[in-house]
Amino acid sequence: MARAWRYFLPLAIFFGLLAFLWKGLSLDPRAIPSPMINLPAPAFTLPQLHAPEKTFSAAEMKGKVWILNVWGSWCVSCRYEHPSLNRLAKQQLLPIIGLNWKDVPADAQGWLAKFGNPYTLSVSDAEGRVAIDYGVYGAPETFIIDKNGVIRMKHTGPIDEKILEEKLLPVIRELQK
Amino acid sequence: MIPELGHFALILALCLALTLGIVPMVGAARGNARMTGTARALAQGQFLFIAFAFGCLVASFLGNDFSVMNVASNSNTKLPAYYRVTASWGSHEGSILLWLLMLSGWTFAVSIFSRNLPDAVVARVLAVMGWISVGFLLFLLLTSNPFARLVPAALEGRDLNPLLQDPGMIYHPPMLYMGYVGFSVAFAFAVAALIGGKLDATWARWSRPWTTAAWMFLTVGICLGSAWAYYTLGWGGWWFWDPVENASFMPWLAGTALIHSLAVTEKRGIFKSWTVLLAMVAFSLSLLGTFLVRSGVLTSVHAFATDPKRGVFILTFLALVIGGSLLLYAWRAPTLGLARAPRAFTPMARESLLLINNVLLVVALLAVILGTLYPLFVDALGAGKISVGPPYFDSVFYPLMAPALVLMGIGPIARWRGETWPELAAKLMWPLLISLPVAVALPFLLGRWTPLVCLGLWLALWIFATSAFAVARRFRATAATGWMAKIAANSPSYYAMHIAHIGIAVFVIGVTMVKGFESERDVRLAPGESVNEGAYAFRFVSIGERPGPNYKAVQGRFEVSRNGTVIETLTPEKRNYFASGQTMTNAAIASGLTGDLYVSLGEPIEGATDGAWGVRIYVKPFVDWIWAGCLLMALGGLLAVCDRRYRLKTERKPKAADITSGAQGVPAAGD
Amino acid sequence: MSAYKAMAARLLLLAWFGMVNAFAQTPTPAMPPASPEMEARLKLLETELRCLVCQNQTLADSPAGLAGDLRREIRLLADAGKSNDEIKEHLRARYGDYVLYRPVVNAKTSLLWFGPFILLLGGAIMVWMMARQRRAASLAATPAISADEAARAQALLEGNDGPPH
Repeated sequence: MARAWRYFLPLAIFFGLLAFLWKGLSLDPRAIPSPMINLPAPAFTLPQLHAPEKTFSAAEMKGKVWILNVWGSWCVSCRYEHPSLNRLAKQQLLPIIGLNWKDVPADAQGWLAKFGNPYTLSVSDAEGRVAIDYGVYGAPETFIIDKNGVIRMKHTGPIDEKILEEKLLPVIRELQK
Repeated sequence: MIPELGHFALILALCLALTLGIVPMVGAARGNARMTGTARALAQGQFLFIAFAFGCLVASFLGNDFSVMNVASNSNTKLPAYYRVTASWGSHEGSILLWLLMLSGWTFAVSIFSRNLPDAVVARVLAVMGWISVGFLLFLLLTSNPFARLVPAALEGRDLNPLLQDPGMIYHPPMLYMGYVGFSVAFAFAVAALIGGKLDATWARWSRPWTTAAWMFLTVGICLGSAWAYYTLGWGGWWFWDPVENASFMPWLAGTALIHSLAVTEKRGIFKSWTVLLAMVAFSLSLLGTFLVRSGVLTSVHAFATDPKRGVFILTFLALVIGGSLLLYAWRAPTLGLARAPRAFTPMARESLLLINNVLLVVALLAVILGTLYPLFVDALGAGKISVGPPYFDSVFYPLMAPALVLMGIGPIARWRGETWPELAAKLMWPLLISLPVAVALPFLLGRWTPLVCLGLWLALWIFATSAFAVARRFRATAATGWMAKIAANSPSYYAMHIAHIGIAVFVIGVTMVKGFESERDVRLAPGESVNEGAYAFRFVSIGERPGPNYKAVQGRFEVSRNGTVIETLTPEKRNYFASGQTMTNAAIASGLTGDLYVSLGEPIEGATDGAWGVRIYVKPFVDWIWAGCLLMALGGLLAVCDRRYRLKTERKPKAADITSGAQGVPAAGD
Repeated sequence: MSAYKAMAARLLLLAWFGMVNAFAQTPTPAMPPASPEMEARLKLLETELRCLVCQNQTLADSPAGLAGDLRREIRLLADAGKSNDEIKEHLRARYGDYVLYRPVVNAKTSLLWFGPFILLLGGAIMVWMMARQRRAASLAATPAISADEAARAQALLEGNDGPPH
């Protein structure tokens, strides 16, 4: 009788596989989680978008909870999330710094003039090296960074009201305590 | 009207399939001849209705009926007529209908080419295939209806994806599906045998031609897919271990193991539970592949547009079909085949070698499954995202297959049952003495010696040499005189085996030479400039425009010379398709027996005053041997299927013990 | 309703990946040509790295803007004297294990890398045990025969032709 049990092995293996495939249906194979959560945000110094002769460093934000939002005038999804960013900016909860990724400054300025500027300020990352440092792989992306300059959360993709309410605001409120 | 007729035909086909699944199965269980007798007619009726439905879809495409959603999404009035036909399987819905056409086609074939099988067996086999049809028909009608209407109708279609506007699209999916679906026959035979309680060498003999035919189609399908990727994608690769490529390769590996296992079960009546399990696993992997490609669980260049509802449906279907069959196996297999004393064989006997071969193939198969699904496993366990790509598969697959290739030379010349090492060594001595020195010397002559090139060449030469010596030995032993008589004295399946193995050797040469000696250059070239690569000089002559039926092309002209004489003119293009706005890169390839010259246009250099372009140039030695080898393998499969013994009517002897069944219908000079 | 929203979000995400390439980002700044050895070394390295935008292509082949930026980044790192392993670690720190097509060998991937070998070992053991079992069972199943039957068997073997085989 013990001999007969091994014939159930293929079925057992299959059930295990089935469980994984079932779980897989609710996962997104394209999403890439960030390995930089709870690690210090990479330092950078970049020219400001609206005042290229001046620069801005991430270090200037020490002591404050802030958001870094990666965007570009060429990015269609950024337009989709922009109203939510504008609304967030109006609440004056925390500074929002824009990382203008691989863009032409004139185009970027025009885009903000047209669709609204939620950013305390934006910096120009024309070559994309700072974005790579932050592990950016598409726009828009949003980072929440705490008072000590540590990345606490990263959201890839456009933000809408639901994501703002359920994902971002609770973290922001917690960090600001 | 036509789409509705097609839709209705599918519903009727579903009714027939349901009946086919139930009535003959019950009839076989009860011994009711009338009920089992309905199987053939039901199978044929199902095929007619599905073929009609498929015809309706094709008619809608040809007639530019943009009120059908599928046509509007995948076709265009400017699309050439032959691509409008292929667009019918260019979408998820259409490809499932193609699946069904193939499935009902194979069912139809089984209903016709089974006169010499007992009615109860045919009834069960067709019933199982009927159930599979039921699943796919439900899937089609409930989640993926190709005849869904678009109201209001579109004025113009969105055009077929330019990547698919290629001859490859005409042949690759149908061949591939013929293979995938063909394994359902072996599956059905296995399940029918488990239900009927009789698993013997006769069952193996019946299954063999169907399995070999399916394997042959799958080989051609994969070969076409690889060749198409090579000349269309512009990066010169021919296999990427992409999840969807693996989804086709896994059933192929299982099918290859199955063919060899069936040979042993037919000849010697042993390994039965392994063969039955392999038969079920091969088709299960086809189904798994269907799931992986359409559910969105893995990311791939090939993946169809995904819908979570579809994923759930296919997974449920998978659970029922595979789970059900494996449960049947677990329940029935232990009780079958234990009636007789097991037959012994020596370690060097052919059975033993085939067993080791199968272990290697199955481990390779499991490695591919593991590599393909591992990212999913890790993610599902919440351990993050990893990637498993060509570096992993190459490191694991080739070392597993190398011993199998060595065995490929030894197996065909080993005797059944009682082969001994001294006898075997004597037969292998000359092939080894010839192949080894040549393999060691050849890379020096070709320009670069590496251990891997040497190994690859030796494995191929080993297979050539052992096959040649085996055939020569066989001819010498044949009593007949004269070449024609000697050839005719052996069955087609004997030659089929050698041709298929030689096909693998040719394939190995292609892979070894390409991996060992290929070269690639990304250069900036302006018209008039020239660059050297290997023994060839590539000169960029000119660049111009060329209009096409539904696209506009920018075409470059290149002359390739060797030792000063121009040997080829290549015209790579970049095509901009009107309807979708997409740009496609069409590489230009000069193919030859000893290799390919490959030129593809990149982008025009920004701000270049001399009109320079980024150009990619490849020299790929012996790359066509890869696909020539695959076609040879398929030719071997074709020959094996045509063997006369499968068409001989067996006498209706009262079935005695299994002991005699192995001797029935055995061809002369056993292979 | 929420299922549709989820699907819409997914489609948007997919569209986003497509859009990133369709619209004009500023192109990657050009680098001076590298030595042939450096080029060959980097090309080989880039075939082991995954593009994060065109996620089924290597960094070597991908036409995506980000891929160009990353190739430039790799070149800058290599020029600064970093080894292949250090470059891979640099990218891994920013993008995670996803960017490596050759999985790192650690506890998480031990089953992946050692699994096939263990299976092979298991297969070999199974074959050996089957062979032993078969030999033992066959010996046990051969019944003892009488001298009479032995003589008949001998006669058959020498004189009569059995069924062809």
